[in-house]
Amino acid sequence: MDQKVKIELSQQGIVTTTLEELYNWGRKNSVWPMTFGLACCAIEMIATTMARYDLARFGAEVFRPSPRQADLMIVSGTVTKKMAPQVVRLYNQMAEPKYVIAMGACAISGGPFKQGYNVLKGIDRYIPVDVHIPGCPPRPEALIDAFMTLQRKIDEQALTGPNKPRHLDPDAPSEFIVPRFGAHDLDPPNNPDVWHILNNVDSCATGKDDVGED
Amino acid sequence: MMLEKIKTDIEATVPGCLLEIIPNGSPSGQRSLLIEPSHAVAAARFLRDNADLRLDYCSNVSGVDWLDTEISEKVTVKTLVDGVEQEIEETRKRRSPGHLEAIYHLYSMEKKHGPVILRLRTENRTDKIHLPSLTPVWRSAEFQEREIFDLYGIIFDGHPDLRRILMWDEFEDHPMRKDYVEPDDYEYEPTAHDDILTKAKQHNA
Amino acid sequence: MIRAITEPIDEELPPSFTDGGDEGELLEIALGPHHPSTHGVFRMDVVLDGERVVKLKPVFGYLHRNHEKIAETASYLSSMPYTDRLDYMCSLSNNWAYALAVEKLAGLQVPERAEYIRVITAELTRLQNHASTIGFLTQEMGASGTPLMYAFREREKILDLFESLTGSRMMCNYMRFGGCRVELPSGWLEQTRKVVGAFPRFLDEYEQLLTGNEIFMARAQGVGVLKKELAINAGVTGPMLRASGVNYDIRKVDKYGIYDRFDFKIPLGEHGDVYDRYMIRMLEMRESLKILNQALRDIPAGPIMDAKAKIRGFRPLAGEAYGRIESPKGELGFYLISDGSPNPYRYRVRPPSLINLTVLEDMCRGYSVADTIVIFGTVDIVLGEVDR
Repeated sequence: MDQKVKIELSQQGIVTTTLEELYNWGRKNSVWPMTFGLACCAIEMIATTMARYDLARFGAEVFRPSPRQADLMIVSGTVTKKMAPQVVRLYNQMAEPKYVIAMGACAISGGPFKQGYNVLKGIDRYIPVDVHIPGCPPRPEALIDAFMTLQRKIDEQALTGPNKPRHLDPDAPSEFIVPRFGAHDLDPPNNPDVWHILNNVDSCATGKDDVGED
Repeated sequence: MMLEKIKTDIEATVPGCLLEIIPNGSPSGQRSLLIEPSHAVAAARFLRDNADLRLDYCSNVSGVDWLDTEISEKVTVKTLVDGVEQEIEETRKRRSPGHLEAIYHLYSMEKKHGPVILRLRTENRTDKIHLPSLTPVWRSAEFQEREIFDLYGIIFDGHPDLRRILMWDEFEDHPMRKDYVEPDDYEYEPTAHDDILTKAKQHNA
Repeated sequence: MIRAITEPIDEELPPSFTDGGDEGELLEIALGPHHPSTHGVFRMDVVLDGERVVKLKPVFGYLHRNHEKIAETASYLSSMPYTDRLDYMCSLSNNWAYALAVEKLAGLQVPERAEYIRVITAELTRLQNHASTIGFLTQEMGASGTPLMYAFREREKILDLFESLTGSRMMCNYMRFGGCRVELPSGWLEQTRKVVGAFPRFLDEYEQLLTGNEIFMARAQGVGVLKKELAINAGVTGPMLRASGVNYDIRKVDKYGIYDRFDFKIPLGEHGDVYDRYMIRMLEMRESLKILNQALRDIPAGPIMDAKAKIRGFRPLAGEAYGRIESPKGELGFYLISDGSPNPYRYRVRPPSLINLTVLEDMCRGYSVADTIVIFGTVDIVLGEVDR
C-alpha cells in the first residue's frame, strides 16, 4: 500500500497493516529469553537486565528458566565439550519459533580458549545461530544491539513463499543431533547439516598468502 | 621453622622414612621436602599433630609431569688409537626415566606459619603410578587429588571417592600430561598463525 | 536419575548411589547444570528423602577451559588476560595474585605508588563482589531481583571506575610483573573518593532492608552450620572460614603488598551459619571502606613500574614459587615452576571456590532443597575458578 495513503489514513485514526507485519510485530516485541549463562558473558547479560541497561524495555520482560517457555537462547560464555550435549538438548526442547544469539567470542568460535581439549570451538557446530556478538565480553550495549538486530531479522521474515522461516516449514528440522561423550572427543565432532565451512573463502587467509609462514 | 629441623623430627618419629630436601633456584627460596610414598601418611599425620608445627591446613595439591629426559655426559675412556693408549673424552647419552609428582603446600592456621612443601614422586610414568592419598589427613586434598587423577593419571590409594572430576567419565586420556595429543578440530581458522596454521592447513590440503 | 529426554537412551545408566535406602523410596535428582540458581554451570546430584537431603555430590567440569595447559604454551605475560577470566567477577584480584607469584619467582620489587593502586583496586573489587554476592543470595531466597538491582547499581559505579582506568569493565588485565600497566587518569582519585564516600549510605540502606528482616533471619539463622574444625581441615578460606570463627586472613598473616600499613579489623562469626556469612560480608565491606579511605589519603606520587623489570624476553631463573592473596572468595594462589624458558613449565591455580565446595555435602545434609540452594549461595562460587 502506498506510504502516503497509509500515513494519511493513520492520521484519521485508521491503521492499515498486513497480516505479516502484525504477526512479526507481535513476535519481535515479546521475545522471552531463557536464563542460560555459562561463563563471564553471563555477568554482562545480567548487567544488561539490571537497572542501567534495561533489556526489559525491548520486550525481554521475563527470563524464563524453563526452555519450553522461552523463545530465545542467549549462549553466553564458553561451551565446553562436557556441556555441549546439554546445550543441544535444551535447544531441542525449546518450542518453535526459536532463536539463538551466540554472545561473546567463546560461543562464536571458541574464543581465547580455542586451543583446548575440552572447548567446543563454536556452538554453531551443532545448532543454527541467528546473531553473533563479538567481544570478550561484549558490552551490554552490544547485547542490546544484537537484540535489536534479531528484532529486525524477525521483522523481515515472510509468512509464505520460498523464504519462509524454519518454523513455518514442515520439512525443516527443529531438533538436532545430540552429541555423545566419546573416548577422546565428542561423537560426532560436528553436525554437517548445521555447520557449513565456507568453501569459497580460503579459511586460513588473513588477506595475504604468505602471512604467518616464517 | 627450618626444613632441616622438620626433616630430623620426621626421621626421629617415623622410622624408616627417607627424606630429601630439594633446593629451589628462584629468589623465592621455597625449598621442598621429598618424602618416599610408603611413609607419607605417617609423616603427614606427624606434621599435622605435632605441637610446634600444627600444619593443619593443606592449601594446594598440584600434579607435575616430568618427561623422560636424555642426559648426555662426557666420560673419559682409555682406548687404543693407532696402537697407543690414550684418554679420550666420549659423550655418552643415558635416559633418565620420567615420573609424576604430587606437591602439597601446607600452612598452619593456628600458628600462622608456612609454607612447608611436600613432594611425592611415582616411580615412572607408565605403570607404577600409585601414591598414597593424604585425604584422610587433610580433607582439602579430596577434590584436588581427584583432579590430579583426572588430568595426570596418578592413582591415589586410600582416597574415598577416586573418579574423574573435570572431564566426562568416558574420557580415556590424561590431558595435562606433556605427551598428550589433543583432538584435531582445527578445520576453520580465521586468523591462523604458527602451529595453528600448520594444523589448519592439513584439513585444507 | 530424573532428566529430560528427547531421544531414546540406549546406554546403561550409571549405578546410582541410593542403595541402602530403607525408609520408603529415596529420590535422586540432578540439580543443574542448567539451573536458575546455581551460579553457572554446576550440578549437584542430590538424594532426597521427601524434601530432606540425604546425600549430595557436586559435579563440575562443565566450564573446564584448560587454562593451565594453555599457560604452558604461552609466555608468562600472555597468561595475564587469562587470569581475568578465572574468577570473572573479581578480575583485578586475580591479576594481582598472578603478578605476586611471578614477582616471587623472579625476585622483582614493586614501587610504592603501584602498591597503593593495587590495594585500592583490590578493595574496590572486594566491595563490588560482596555486594553482588549478597544480592544473588537474596535472589536465591526468593526476593526476585530487587536487592540484586540495588547491588548492581553500586557495582556499575565501581565498574565505571575500572573502565576509565583499564579500558574494560570486567576483564581488566591491569597488573604487570613489577607494577601496573598505566598511570591513573587525571581525576580518577577524585572520582574514587566520591564513590567511596557514597558507599556507606548504600550499605546502611542495604542493612536496613535485610539485616533485621524477619523472613531473612528465619531463612538464614541456624541453616547450614559449618564447624570450625571441619572448616580448617577441609581447607576452607575466605568469609566462609571467618564466619565459623577462625581468625585467618591472608592480608594479616602474610602481610603481602603494603597491608601492614593499614588499620583494619577482621570480623569473625560465631555460629557458622548462613546469617553469619552474610554479616561477615557486610562487615568486611565496611572494613574495606576504611582501608580505601586510608589508601586514598596516603597514596604517594612516583613511578608505577619497576625500572629493572623486563617486559620482553622475560625469563625467570629455574625454580618454583607459590604466591597467594586474600581474594574476595578466599585464598587464591598461583604455583609456578619455571625451567628457565619464556613459558612456565607448570602453572597451577589454587582455586578458593573449588576447595570451599568440599564441605557442601556436610553443610547441606538434613536440610531441605530450598535451604540447599541458599547454603550454596553463601559458599559464593564462580565456575570460572572451580573449573579453570
